[in-house]
Amino acid sequence: MNEEKKYWLDEKKNVKKVIYGLYIVCAMVALIDVFPYKHHLHFRFEYWFGFFSFYGFVACVSLVLAAKQLRKVVMRDEDYYD
Amino acid sequence: MIDVLPPGLILIVGGMLISLLRGRAQAIAAVVLPVLGFAQLLMLEPGSYFNLQLFDYELTVVRVDRLSLVFGYVFHIAAFLTAIYALNVRDGVQHCSAMIYVGSAVGAVFAGDLITLFIYWELTAVGSVFLIWASRTERAYRAGMRYLIIQVGSGVVLLAGVILHVSATGSLDFDQLIGADGLLRSASVGVVLIFAAFGIKCAFPLLHPWLQDTYPESTPTGTVFLSIFTTKLAVYALARGFAGTDCLIWIGATMTAFPIFYAVIENDLRRVLTYSLNNQLGFMVLGIGIGTKMALNGAVSYAFANIIFEGLLFMAMGAVLLRTGTCKGSELGGLYKSMPLTTAFCIVGAASISAFPFLSGFVTKSMILDETAAGGHTIAWLVLLFASAGVFHHSGIKIPFFAFFAHDAGFRVKEAPRPMLVAMAAMAVACVVIGIFPGLLYSILPYAVDYHPYTTTHVVTQYQLLLFSALAFTVLKVTGIYPAELRSVNLDVDWIYRKGLPSLIGWFARIGGGVGERLHATALAQLDQIYRGIYRLHGPTGVFARTWTTGAIAFWAVIGLFGFLLLYLWGR
Repeated sequence: MNEEKKYWLDEKKNVKKVIYGLYIVCAMVALIDVFPYKHHLHFRFEYWFGFFSFYGFVACVSLVLAAKQLRKVVMRDEDYYD
Repeated sequence: MIDVLPPGLILIVGGMLISLLRGRAQAIAAVVLPVLGFAQLLMLEPGSYFNLQLFDYELTVVRVDRLSLVFGYVFHIAAFLTAIYALNVRDGVQHCSAMIYVGSAVGAVFAGDLITLFIYWELTAVGSVFLIWASRTERAYRAGMRYLIIQVGSGVVLLAGVILHVSATGSLDFDQLIGADGLLRSASVGVVLIFAAFGIKCAFPLLHPWLQDTYPESTPTGTVFLSIFTTKLAVYALARGFAGTDCLIWIGATMTAFPIFYAVIENDLRRVLTYSLNNQLGFMVLGIGIGTKMALNGAVSYAFANIIFEGLLFMAMGAVLLRTGTCKGSELGGLYKSMPLTTAFCIVGAASISAFPFLSGFVTKSMILDETAAGGHTIAWLVLLFASAGVFHHSGIKIPFFAFFAHDAGFRVKEAPRPMLVAMAAMAVACVVIGIFPGLLYSILPYAVDYHPYTTTHVVTQYQLLLFSALAFTVLKVTGIYPAELRSVNLDVDWIYRKGLPSLIGWFARIGGGVGERLHATALAQLDQIYRGIYRLHGPTGVFARTWTTGAIAFWAVIGLFGFLLLYLWGR
């Protein structure tokens, strides 16, 4: 029995399909902002087109980039304290 | 009869009695005790009970109201499900201490006066440290000692504060301790100390490292228990005594922000979850700081929901640790093939903590955010939004991705044991049920809820925030910018007492020791000289030790007597 079970996600092209699917869904969700569905929000800027999409994306990118810098300062060997 | 007992006592006494049982009976008893405790809660009527007189002061051992009942309920539910999760554990110490730990947390939540609170407060520390030591490794031993010092230390600070407070006000009642102006700087020293004690257990910024240091050292089941009770007890205590305290808004906002940076670069996935826990506590603390009825409802309901979904995430990671022997992102991957159910439950928990619509996080976290915005705290709200996107990033995506997907690490293990699967399934179902029927949770909150989470605006904007966070992760990964999971330790504030201070003391000891060494050597040399001198005179060859002949003695005696005769005659 040397035939390992093949999983759908093992194929690189299937992973690419998932990623492209994400791009499409993101585009669609962002475009909902074309419609005036926003009500009862507290701040003026929440009504801007794409505010939440933009904020989510920028927040995560800046988070990761800042974390990488933090790593340069605080990272040590695993047995540093031992 | 059982409704007459103080809540929590069933678990504490029952926990101690577990030590008399053997084998599987211990684990089963641990499952039964929370059920009994929960049944007792259902029979309680709001009010104060067990009033005792301690010298001039009035103790109210038990106080039942909506705020304590919410925490009481969720503590028992979580204890029940975690005990099921731990059904295969054969280590009696873990079962005993877990029950004592939970029982004291419950007792503290129903404490009506500060002394009773203090007693249960310290008992939670003692009960929980055994869960850390249960790993029985050198690391766990040392981490447990650090934990004990800090936790008992928070109790000492609490007691000091209580004593000062009672001598200033004459009252031991555990009620609103902060003044109506919400300012900590106008509070008495005693109240500030009590605030600090609560802050230690709640992992306030700079007081937080014990959380990340110790929780991951415990056993797979132990960490689940630990993650729930100490911190949420502290949240309760803040909600009870410090609702509306202004500085909690900033403390909470800071708490939601800084841990997520560490979470991104942390390798041990259970440590990632404890950073996540710290971030989640920030939301609750901020809600308490705002202090309006809806904000408090938000904080309390979020605590309830968080216990369940964060517990679920810790359970999933515990199952991974049990089966693969590791919890490090650098070593894991591809586990969805061997542990599909665990993966699915983990994803439910991850989506819940990220506040996806139709799950428990969505219907609770938003109350806090809305009240922050309504109160005009723009910057705090922006920080919370940033933190919400960040939470999805490290708990919603990173945890499931690096454990179960990413590159295939080659593990082909069994699925988690059945008790663990049952417990995780129950937690996952609870996340979904609360998400779809939020009214069930709203009905037990301290204040009446007039909140409707499912509006088009809320659902769509939340999906935008989350999907674009996922997009950011994908883009960063695909372009190779995303940092790899590396075997490492990241320094946090605990460096001060783990490396900094000990090194400083060692340096002083070496310098001081050097001086001392030289002083010691010089003193010894001097003494040596003196001894030699004495030896020269009195030793076997010394002048004073020579034996004289009888003739010589007689001769000198006659000379001496003759000299005396001369003096006598001369004196006349």
